Amino acid sequence: MNPRLRAPCLLLFLVSLIPFSLCAQVTNDRLLHASDEPQNWLTYSGSYASQRYSTLQQISASNVKNLELKWVFQVQSLQKFETTPLVVDGVMYLTQSPNDVVALDAKTGRAFWIYHYATSPASRPCCGIVNRGVAILGDTLFMATVDAHLVAIDAKNGHALWNVKLAEAAAGYAMTMAPLVVKDKVIVGVAGGEFGVRGFIAAFEARTGKEAWRFDTIPKPGEPGHESWRGGDWEHGSAAVWVTGSYDPELNLTYWGTGNPGPDWNPEQRPGDNLYSDSAVALDPDTGKLKWYYQFTPGDPYDYDSVQIPVLVNANWNGAPRKLMLWGNRNGFFYVLDRGTGKFLAGRPFVKVNWASGIDANGRPIITPQPPGVPTFPGIQGGTNWYSPSYSPRTGLFYLSTWENYATIFSGVNADYKEGQRYTGGANASPIPGADNPAGQRQGPVNTYTEALARGAVVALNPETGKQEWKFDMHDVNTSGILTTASDLLFVGGREGYFQSLDARTGALLWKQNLGGEIIAGPMTYQVDGKQYVCIASGNGLFAFALRE
Amino acid sequence: MRLRSLSLRSILRCAIICSVLAARWPIAYAQGQDRAPQYFQSDIQYGAQIFASQCTSCHGENGDMVPGVNFRAGQFKRVLSDNDLRLTITNGVPGTAMQPFTFGASELTGLVSYLRNMNSFSARGLMVGDPAHGRALFEGAGNCASCHAVNGKGPRVAPDLGDIGALRTAELIHRTLLDPAASMLPSNRPVRAVTRDGKVINGRRLNEDTYTVQLIDEQERLLSLSKADLREFTVLKSTPMPSYKDKFSSQELADLEAYLLSLRGVK
Repeated sequence: MNPRLRAPCLLLFLVSLIPFSLCAQVTNDRLLHASDEPQNWLTYSGSYASQRYSTLQQISASNVKNLELKWVFQVQSLQKFETTPLVVDGVMYLTQSPNDVVALDAKTGRAFWIYHYATSPASRPCCGIVNRGVAILGDTLFMATVDAHLVAIDAKNGHALWNVKLAEAAAGYAMTMAPLVVKDKVIVGVAGGEFGVRGFIAAFEARTGKEAWRFDTIPKPGEPGHESWRGGDWEHGSAAVWVTGSYDPELNLTYWGTGNPGPDWNPEQRPGDNLYSDSAVALDPDTGKLKWYYQFTPGDPYDYDSVQIPVLVNANWNGAPRKLMLWGNRNGFFYVLDRGTGKFLAGRPFVKVNWASGIDANGRPIITPQPPGVPTFPGIQGGTNWYSPSYSPRTGLFYLSTWENYATIFSGVNADYKEGQRYTGGANASPIPGADNPAGQRQGPVNTYTEALARGAVVALNPETGKQEWKFDMHDVNTSGILTTASDLLFVGGREGYFQSLDARTGALLWKQNLGGEIIAGPMTYQVDGKQYVCIASGNGLFAFALRE
Repeated sequence: MRLRSLSLRSILRCAIICSVLAARWPIAYAQGQDRAPQYFQSDIQYGAQIFASQCTSCHGENGDMVPGVNFRAGQFKRVLSDNDLRLTITNGVPGTAMQPFTFGASELTGLVSYLRNMNSFSARGLMVGDPAHGRALFEGAGNCASCHAVNGKGPRVAPDLGDIGALRTAELIHRTLLDPAASMLPSNRPVRAVTRDGKVINGRRLNEDTYTVQLIDEQERLLSLSKADLREFTVLKSTPMPSYKDKFSSQELADLEAYLLSLRGVK
């Protein structure tokens, strides 16, 4: 053999020995460029920028009326179903309560395997035994559990590879989010904001499960920010983290939202700003070091968790390109931040707000606390909540699920901390006598009072002006995430059980289907064998739609 | 009954496995049951080694040291059924020295089987299974690791055995080693499919319905096939796994079983 050909031939031979499965692994490079393979859905929010936007456009405004149900996967649980599935090369991975992982054929919905995780009876998530999905790297899936473990699972056969405990479930620590993989690490945060935990975000080596770093969302004595707490209040100050963050590879920063300070509704027990509760934090994913923070609701008395998805957008700001972060906050304000520095750029209300009259130039709310007995807008569940928003680079609009005209009469009471017991300190009431408070819990199929309590909507916001470009009204409140596509379609569900497609430019309703169960999850889309599917969890089923043949 | 804290490694180090491999069939029936359960020799022996390391400090080797309890005589204070026994072991007896224990299902099966058969059980002729040597056999002479992974280390052609000791009883593991085809779960059966254009797909079945079949193929791909697209589809009842009946000595089988029983998944 020609010596010059020997090396290439040897390389070709070696490459031929690599099994196909290795070629199909989800590498870091694939995760970095997830948007370039729209047939797949590789992270919880579709990409590191968390725009929940797909370049697929087979389903369009002209044919969306021809969508038909292709399959349903019924989960073996009656808990709330909040999963966003991943799709990797035709295989879908989803979670079902309490902490099962299911691998199924994305074309037919038929299962390959189910991994069952036995949760500890000591686990006590505040608001349902839920899970929102998995992350993937290589051939390994990662799931956070309600008893505060992180489990690695072989994506090919559903076998557990490692399992690490992050914190004590009996003390109220739990995990409900889909993890975020950055480089060789798996990043998660802990829930437990209603139990007086001390929140944290932690990263684990994907291969071994070894903890790489931990960022405490409440600084301890001697650390910057600790001065925002009085005495020992910080020890049970919560600031939990229960929704997946985002990542900017150019800045090498990962962004996460933190939850309410504890006790939730009695700020007299924790005077001060209570850093880093209700904040966006930017961390170095290699070390966990805090690069910057921005606190949305200092000293929050309303339970306005800032656990929304950080949406990363590169767009013009005042005529110049800028790396932005868009944030529709539970406190009713829509924020634009510079994600390189955390600098506050804009904050405008997107629903009725009366707890603050605005945000000052430094980004601090101008608070207007309401007198005792007077309703505060928005109410406990917020103007929005954890429901995934979407941003379309085509329309340049930010899409958000909202609760309109929604209020709570807040009242704080003293709370004694006892490990593992609720530590909320509230005696709150609905302004509508006899109506459900906080109106955030799952409703039955009959609804006769919600319009007095609140209305749901999807709003399209112009990030630069904060102006509402259009609004799509719903009767019941809106608990759904949002998906947009390159064909300028928007998909959204809602508590009523309708799965809808809107014109992303106008908000016009193009298609709807009654799925019969509350939609409290984010839609996603993928493609198999040349056919685009749109998928949503509703009630206790996962529904996949595609165009009629 | 009172047990002291479990050290799995210490149990397995002294794992006792019978050298008489033929006598594995149901050998006893318990009194006080809704229906007579079957007990198997391998489970009884597995239970014997757990009992020896965990229970004898209170109950004694003959199971008669706690007043009012005599396992050999079938005398219990508050146990009628096997399920009662499992619950007592798992939950303990409040107010007594009998504390709760976190045994897995296969361990409980072994313990219950042994307690129900202490009167007829003989330790003579038993040998100690060495899980370390069993692992060497698994990875070496047994060639098991060429198809089976253990907690992700190894191929996926056959099921990952990293938690087989928690899923299967000692008896089932023993039977599988002797007669793999008879013990293979239907869901794991090999399948052969030929598509209409002649492409042959061999793999292990994971799921099947009237119209489709899901499998993992020889390249470790998860595939879902529509039967309408297949020219041929066969579920094989044979298995590529060999029988170790004549391949391994009794001691080697005991070692391999002790190793497999030690695989209890990631915790």
